[in-house]
Amino acid sequence: MEITITVNGVEHRSDVEPRTLLVHHLRDELRLTGTNIGCDTSSCGACTVHIDGESVKSCTVLAVQADGREITTIEGLADGDRLHPMQEAFRQCHGLQCGYCTPGMVMAAVSLLEENPHPTEREVRLGLEGNLCRCTGYHNIVKAVLACAGGELAAPGEVVSA
Amino acid sequence: MTTLESPPSGYIGTRMLRREDPRLLTGEAKYTADLDIPGALHMAVVRSPYAHARITNIDLSGALAMPDVVAARTGADLQEKWATPMPCAWSVTEDMLNPPHFPVAVDQVNYVGDAVAVVLARTEAAARDALERIVVDYEPLPAVVDLEEAMADTVLVHPDLGTNKAYTWELVIGAEAVDAAFAEAAFTVKERYLQQRLIPMAMEPRACAAVPQPFGGDVTLYSATQIPHILKIMVALTLGVPEHQVRVVAPSVGGGFGSKLDVYAEELLCVALALDLRVPVRWVEERTENAQATIQGRGQIQDIELAADADGRLTAVRVELVGDMGGYLQLITPGIPLLGAFLYAGVYDLPQAYSFRCTGVFTTLTPTDAYRGAGRPEATYAIERAMDRLAQVSGIDPVELRRRNFVKAEQFPYTAMTGLVYDSGDHDAAMTKALELVGYDDLRAEQQRRRDAGDPRQLGIGVSSYFEMCGLAPSRVLASLNYTAGGWESATVRITPTNKVQVISGATPHGQGHETSWSMIVADRLGVAPEDVEVLHSDTAISPLGLDTYGSRSLAVGGVAIYQAVDKVIDKARTIAAHLMEAAEEDLEFEAGTFSVRGSPDHSLPLAAVAFEAFTAHNLPDGVEPNLEAQVTYDPPNFSWPFGTHICVVEVDQETGAVDVVRYVAVDDCGNQINPLIVEGQVHGGVVQGLAQALFEEAVYDDDGNLTTSTLADYLVPAASDVPSITTASTITPSPTNPLGVKGIGEAGTIGAAPAVINAVVDALAPLGVTDVAMPASPQNVWSAIRSARSAGGAR
Repeated sequence: MEITITVNGVEHRSDVEPRTLLVHHLRDELRLTGTNIGCDTSSCGACTVHIDGESVKSCTVLAVQADGREITTIEGLADGDRLHPMQEAFRQCHGLQCGYCTPGMVMAAVSLLEENPHPTEREVRLGLEGNLCRCTGYHNIVKAVLACAGGELAAPGEVVSA
Repeated sequence: MTTLESPPSGYIGTRMLRREDPRLLTGEAKYTADLDIPGALHMAVVRSPYAHARITNIDLSGALAMPDVVAARTGADLQEKWATPMPCAWSVTEDMLNPPHFPVAVDQVNYVGDAVAVVLARTEAAARDALERIVVDYEPLPAVVDLEEAMADTVLVHPDLGTNKAYTWELVIGAEAVDAAFAEAAFTVKERYLQQRLIPMAMEPRACAAVPQPFGGDVTLYSATQIPHILKIMVALTLGVPEHQVRVVAPSVGGGFGSKLDVYAEELLCVALALDLRVPVRWVEERTENAQATIQGRGQIQDIELAADADGRLTAVRVELVGDMGGYLQLITPGIPLLGAFLYAGVYDLPQAYSFRCTGVFTTLTPTDAYRGAGRPEATYAIERAMDRLAQVSGIDPVELRRRNFVKAEQFPYTAMTGLVYDSGDHDAAMTKALELVGYDDLRAEQQRRRDAGDPRQLGIGVSSYFEMCGLAPSRVLASLNYTAGGWESATVRITPTNKVQVISGATPHGQGHETSWSMIVADRLGVAPEDVEVLHSDTAISPLGLDTYGSRSLAVGGVAIYQAVDKVIDKARTIAAHLMEAAEEDLEFEAGTFSVRGSPDHSLPLAAVAFEAFTAHNLPDGVEPNLEAQVTYDPPNFSWPFGTHICVVEVDQETGAVDVVRYVAVDDCGNQINPLIVEGQVHGGVVQGLAQALFEEAVYDDDGNLTTSTLADYLVPAASDVPSITTASTITPSPTNPLGVKGIGEAGTIGAAPAVINAVVDALAPLGVTDVAMPASPQNVWSAIRSARSAGGAR
């Protein structure tokens, strides 16, 4: 089936098998491999992207369902060389280690703050419960999201203290 | 050896942000499954649905008739490819039984997920579709799931062996003293603990790709592995390919936790098939395959007995262990319980009265192997749970009981009853700090208030103190344990003509931030900016010497190698500088990247100038080779012994069995810290993995050996909403055995956490007569413990 989707501001027209999941289309056809796959039950959230501004696990959507939609992946979040404030927050708070869950986690966190700009710690934890991380124990991820919401980030490159 | 009393000034000890992060945060990093490999065939693996069965027939024809399928192979088809069975590098005893284990089973399968056949297709989807068209006939055999049944040998996993026992290994120190201590003890405890099987669940499933160079027979294996160097050797040996024709690359690796410290069937299959078909072959693991066919951790029955005198001082420890090997021995499966064998006396000053015996048994389950901590969390759990039981039996407060038994600060370096020397420590200081941070006395008062009020939500406070034996490892000690390899690490440091620094390390990170930490160490010593340090690793063509990353070894072994290589570079630069400056070497000082003559600071030469001279080689002293570079292979003289105290505070709902962790304090001492930001991150992640064993995770098998928790929907990896924030703090007791004064920190959190959590849960329920709660302390298990305590006679 022929579909047209806009990914990170670029329009792509493709012929896809009807059963193709959006995540496979992004990774295999468009070669946007920043979106990772961590499970086969839509449990881990590593493949989270934005569809028309809302966070969606891209393994729960068929590519054909994205026809005509605007998609943002982790590759489209930074502004040139400037990290998105959420990316910067993850960096400053050491909210990532191996980095595999990170693209999905960052996309979910961006969406979380759009829905709830000033969450409590509990709200952040509940808001991210669809995204699993095995390295950080979530401590610094939660800290990063709260720091981003509170505008507590240092200028890029500045070393933050505890 | 001189040791830094405190970290040197400069970058070391600062919370420098990680240089790895931008590529990981933007999706630029390439994991193995992300690699573009033109023309690669995709492999999929037919896996056994039976835990134990004979293969009677395999029909590949349905798959081979599919349009995009290129090839399919059975175990029998592939048998000629293997020069040897898959490797087990740790024959813990001379007579250990190790049944042949081939990448694809030939006659018999021994766990659900055991490979039976493979198919290669032009797309990943076609390869997976083809799996359904391969027909395998099985003759099912009875499963062996229960460890005690396995011990009884009523059903044999490998009938040719005549037993399910792979080995029995003993460490007995003062057999008569043990018996005497138990005979004379004022208090004894005898407890059984079950270490449930855990699934490591690194977020990146395994993946690999073999790219052949058909003319000449060279092959490059890309793999999501922790151990590219060891893997290279094992691929060469297992396939009978000359080692120099194999290159292994670990691209970005998405977590390991020990599960990628192995040599796996799929890696060998991709190489064998790529060489055979003369095209690249790649494979990406699905999560369900990961649960079934990547190694699992833990899986032990622990019987521990303590003897103590009237003051609660330990006089003997006796341990009987049954370790679940699974269906086969993987790379270091049999050695995992041995890594714990030295730690069953925990942090305590035990006289020479210790008895440890472990039997490794085969079951028809997924093989076990190293999972974060590997033997040491199990040991620490047993001693720290048993100490709490001893506190109950003796009526001594658990904190006081621990303090009485601690190896004291003034006893270090401390020669333990096992003969191992604990490098440095101060358990009392760590305990004191943890108690202060958690507000111990106030919590005990609040606990008493709730007990008096009959509050259904009871408070529990759990303490655990640990020692970790890490920084694997002195090669001679590994030899004494019959381990096949050494424990050194390699580093090369090179200064380029433009005064940039190349560091080549044999350590192989998968989330630990090595590039950041190594650049900090080098920048401080050489007086360059950290961003001018290039760190190369994880490719056997670039860093040919290495023993890889596991066992909290990278800094305490690999980091020290880098430090020493820098020193050698400075020594060489000093020789050249002295020649250029017409000064005596011994008169030169090196500070902040500049050589100067002692006493006349104006007479100086920057390292950059020396580096350029070394490069041009126009004016070098006689006998000095061009270029500034040095290589060091460092074999540590001792393990490193990080330690600490963790305190967990829980609320337990006595009516529902629900456990809520309300507070967690971790005080860890890993000696000098290169980057406290990274240290804390390791502790956070480690604690949550230990806490997850205590509360959530269990690989559940039914009686037929089917894994019923094979997805992330069934296996409870905690989410952010399931775990608390963690209060971290440290004490700093430098290690005297290495010049950086550092110790490992990768596994400490996991080691401290599980006993702290369960001690807290049991503490909350102690008034009901509960003395133990099985892991994971799910509402069901807690409720069962409450119910059986009530039916056994209720409150103390």
